[in-house]
Amino acid sequence: MADLTTTFIGITSPNPFWLASAPPTDKEYNVRRAFEAGWGGVVWKTLGEDGPPIVNVNGPRYGAVWGADRRLLGMNNIELITDRPLAVNLEEITRVKRDWPDRALVVSLMVPMNEGAWKDILARVEDTGCDGVELNFGCPHGMSERGMGSAVGQVPDYVQQVTEWCKTHSDLPVIVKLTPNITDIRKPAQAARDGGADAVSLINTINSITAVDLDLFAPEPTIDGKGAHGGYCGPAVKPIALNMVAEIARTPSLAGLPISGIGGVTTWRDAAEFIALGAGNVQVCTAAMTYGFKVVHEMISGLSQYLDEKGLASVEALVGRAVPNLSDWQNLNLNYVTKARIDEASCIKCGRCFAACEDTSHQAIAMSPERVFSVKDEECVACNLCVNVCPVEGCITMVEMAPGSVDPRTGRGVKGQHADWTTHPNNPGTCAAE
Amino acid sequence: MAANALTPGIVAGRLTPEDYARNFSDLHPPLDAHEARVEADRCYFCHDAPCITACPTSIDIPLFIRQIATGTAQAAAETILTQNILGGMCARVCPTETLCEEACVREAAEGKPVRIGQLQRFATDTLMASGTHPFARAAPTGQRVAVVGAGPAGLACAHRLAMKGHEVVIFDARPKPGGLNEFGIAAYKTPDGFAQAEVAWLLEIGGITLRAGTALGGEMTLEALRAAYDAVFLGIGLGGVNAFGAPGDDKEGVEDATGFIAELRQAGDLGALPVGRDVVVIGGGMTAIDAAVQAKLLGALNVTLVYRRSRARMNASRFEQDLATSKGVRIITNASPVAVHGNGAVREIEIEYTDDDLRPTGERFRLAADQVLRAIGQTLVGADLPEREGGKIRVTGAGRTSLPRVWAGGDCATGGDDLTVTAVAEGRDAAEDIHATLMAEG
Repeated sequence: MADLTTTFIGITSPNPFWLASAPPTDKEYNVRRAFEAGWGGVVWKTLGEDGPPIVNVNGPRYGAVWGADRRLLGMNNIELITDRPLAVNLEEITRVKRDWPDRALVVSLMVPMNEGAWKDILARVEDTGCDGVELNFGCPHGMSERGMGSAVGQVPDYVQQVTEWCKTHSDLPVIVKLTPNITDIRKPAQAARDGGADAVSLINTINSITAVDLDLFAPEPTIDGKGAHGGYCGPAVKPIALNMVAEIARTPSLAGLPISGIGGVTTWRDAAEFIALGAGNVQVCTAAMTYGFKVVHEMISGLSQYLDEKGLASVEALVGRAVPNLSDWQNLNLNYVTKARIDEASCIKCGRCFAACEDTSHQAIAMSPERVFSVKDEECVACNLCVNVCPVEGCITMVEMAPGSVDPRTGRGVKGQHADWTTHPNNPGTCAAE
Repeated sequence: MAANALTPGIVAGRLTPEDYARNFSDLHPPLDAHEARVEADRCYFCHDAPCITACPTSIDIPLFIRQIATGTAQAAAETILTQNILGGMCARVCPTETLCEEACVREAAEGKPVRIGQLQRFATDTLMASGTHPFARAAPTGQRVAVVGAGPAGLACAHRLAMKGHEVVIFDARPKPGGLNEFGIAAYKTPDGFAQAEVAWLLEIGGITLRAGTALGGEMTLEALRAAYDAVFLGIGLGGVNAFGAPGDDKEGVEDATGFIAELRQAGDLGALPVGRDVVVIGGGMTAIDAAVQAKLLGALNVTLVYRRSRARMNASRFEQDLATSKGVRIITNASPVAVHGNGAVREIEIEYTDDDLRPTGERFRLAADQVLRAIGQTLVGADLPEREGGKIRVTGAGRTSLPRVWAGGDCATGGDDLTVTAVAEGRDAAEDIHATLMAEG
């Protein structure tokens, strides 16, 4: 069985599954139970500067998006950073780290944009014996209105500045948590690196309104008839997070910058995907909030089985394996031709492929009176929509046409060699050899 | 001393009041809102869905299920009722396992179809509980139509005609409307007076006058109706019962299953309803099953269903057969009654095994029997009717008979299975044809 022990920026944990800075990691009781359940590490819920405690709304904090059978696909929140006194949090962190030395314990921080505030809190956090700090430049609601959170993360200069302060005033490893509410994730990532960050973590939550109460005509979650945008998370945000992680992983100037992947990790498979796209570990929140701490058991066993099946001895061996295969559209092989194939034996005859193709795509599926569905190769552009709407996994597949065969749609032979947009005659940017 | 299961003869009060209440409660308790949402989420919204094709009334099932899933059950009910005005009853009594649910792609995929019948009931119950009737009459046409028979075919026909603006009078031989919905279906499929509630709701559209207790063939003749009305629809069902013609079949205790069921349906106190200790039901259709199961639920000690052909040939669905055996009914197939024994009242019934071609094998046995229920088919009764074919009123197209301006549908007419839902479809389609005919004539 593969050893899942992971060392991320010098912090070793028995597995790569950390709980993200969020409600599950707000206090000693939760974190102890998380460690007992098997989580490899936690990022303690964000601490703010000493003083009067943060206040939260007293109505609902979470909104949701559900799929079939009310499966929670996405969630947003308007909760702020910890609303418990700083001293209490620091005492608890100290005790927990003392009792669980083998687990990663990183402390998330968010204080105003001045050097003194960061210097003060870093000194107090170092005394807890924690393994590192994570700078919360991501929360998109509430704190950002006060010039913190994503208000910092959206300005690369600020990201660099605060990172530099932290590296100046502390020896602890510094992880910079990035907000996705920007245009180009590479800019704040570069700023973090330039400021001396040991790693970045991403994504924080996404600006969102999950629903509108159609009786009150108010966004949800609704507080006394009003709503405010919240931070979106859960399985629905995974594709956005994967892309941002991968963009950093494949950018040459950011090469080697460790990444902690966050965003909708719900199963071992999600985690493996983040790791394959360059993350050194993952952080989880919504899955734990949906199913409880026990979900980590499946993540551990699943990732371990997968690594064994792939013959990979460690998590480290998986990190970044998919990055070389992330390219730009212009480099995709236009000579790669596939056609949909419908397996009649496993087809349950729902006809969704037909409706989707006939109504919204290329009229490439035929339907017989006996409800036998077949692909018209002369029309099929291999868009994959039929695969996506089919309820039976594996019933419809995309089959590659062998080089030398003729594509009935174009009447042209399938060529074996690669050819892409950069050399295509229709591309006005293509420079013909002179 | 009170009767119990062992008391010989046909006696009442074999069970406690609690037993009767439990035995005759809803066979399928209704889905609550949560169950309906979970079940509705299972529908794949198929293209040209097989369930629609399988439904004799062609209800747009994926659409109404999606309407339930999105929290608009009343809109779902309108989708159902537009096609099938007795959608509430059909949700309860349709053999969905051989219709929509058999065709559901999830039956192919997992052996677990979407519970379409239960969802249909959820939607129609929601609408009926809201106290609204979603259909309105068109402007009066001045045309008058007589509908004979207030069963599923007649009610569906009358409602559609009233909606088109015609004046409708429904005649029915029984004291109450509903036909087999009221008198002929097992009580546990439609408890709590649903049949009458549904008729009352249906009549809310207006323009329909109900004349119960008026049978065709007495003072009221078809000829007189044809003279007095612009059109006539016959939905008179099958009023007669086949005999099995064995010696002794006139002995006391040998009854028609339809009469047994009707009496049970109208009983105010099930504890006062007598049932035999050893009951034998002859037949293999839904009526036979309904009679056998209810005899058992009334407290009969032994109930045996005897059918002349194999299990596969039974008209009752596999679900109904399994329901019967689960209640303790013994099913004997490839066997026919050859004699009824007893001194005045039946004591035993003699049965002979038959082969697949119904030839006697010579192998005979006797079953103790103090009550024998005949359920071997019903027959059309009445003189003065349009031309017949195979014992039913011959119809072409949408219920047109051999007589001008006379339509027929439901069990009394040729074509289609003898199912509630089929009768509704035939009544509805005949109404559309009557409307088109009357309006074309101006």
